[in-house]
Amino acid sequence: MSYPKQKFGVVVFPGSNCDHDAYYVLKSIFKQDTRFLWHKDSSLDGVDAVILPGGFSYGDYLRCGAIARFSPIMKEVTAFANDGGIVIGICNGFQVLCEAGLLPGALLRNECLTFICKFVDLRVENSETRFTSECKTGEVLHIPIAHGEGNYFADDDTLERLEKNGQILFRYCSPDGSITKESNPNGSSGNIAGIMNATGNVMGLMPHPERAADPLIGPIDGQKIFQSVIKSITKYEQANNYSIVERS
Amino acid sequence: MYLAKITIILRKSILDIQGKAVHHALNSLHMNLVEEVRIGKFIEMKINTGDQEEAVRITNEACKKLLANPVMEDFSFTVEKISEGFGI
Repeated sequence: MSYPKQKFGVVVFPGSNCDHDAYYVLKSIFKQDTRFLWHKDSSLDGVDAVILPGGFSYGDYLRCGAIARFSPIMKEVTAFANDGGIVIGICNGFQVLCEAGLLPGALLRNECLTFICKFVDLRVENSETRFTSECKTGEVLHIPIAHGEGNYFADDDTLERLEKNGQILFRYCSPDGSITKESNPNGSSGNIAGIMNATGNVMGLMPHPERAADPLIGPIDGQKIFQSVIKSITKYEQANNYSIVERS
Repeated sequence: MYLAKITIILRKSILDIQGKAVHHALNSLHMNLVEEVRIGKFIEMKINTGDQEEAVRITNEACKKLLANPVMEDFSFTVEKISEGFGI
């Protein structure tokens, strides 16, 4: 299956460790024109979408994402986002986006106080977005998490606003799609796992879709998120030719 | 030269799970009179100015822009005059 080629940039901060995973999925699975963007760069090199990958940027010193957010490249990322460009923050990238004020709220220490690395089930809360159009609302995705600070927090007004505007994209759920306390791995408000900004072009999520995108190593539910993004950048009329990539 | 001493702590409305875990540990040491534990950060900064107002302004700006995240943390600080070369 061939995909229309879009230009993706994966930002590399000192301490990023999921940058190569994101690069590999976009480059080798989806055959996208993908490049790394060094945190000291002052240009996004004309990309169509920016990925802030997972990891421990700047050793998570002070707070997760707090120092990365002042990297030179973040000036460009912020301008790009404010101009409507697609920005995706995965795990540490989500933390960076919250610190940068590109997404509301903050990510606190997991309620269990431990680092959690496991597959979780996520319910798609809104499929009418540039990040989830290949999913159905209510669909359950099986995607791993790996974090110590993924406990999403926002004040009640913000949570209400997110809910009202359909900005909550993913919630931790049970395998049958129920939102329960038991299915919430980190204590996040309202079981929230991923959100987008009010204008619908910036998404942050704690789970790692890039770790669930290569059929060679397991579940591929994460592909749907990348497919949605590629589709949203590409002209919508080409969208019907899409399907899950099978690897021989 | 001024020395700023900054305390950063989770906002009252946020459950401090780390503090709660330490509280349990203290209770298990039979320190049952300990009612609550909250854990934060303590930061010292040496500021190269002779002007106290400027030291306060810089510390305030540092807290607001980087040291504390207003979404989840409150900060407070003091500044005191120190002699040149005083190590932190």
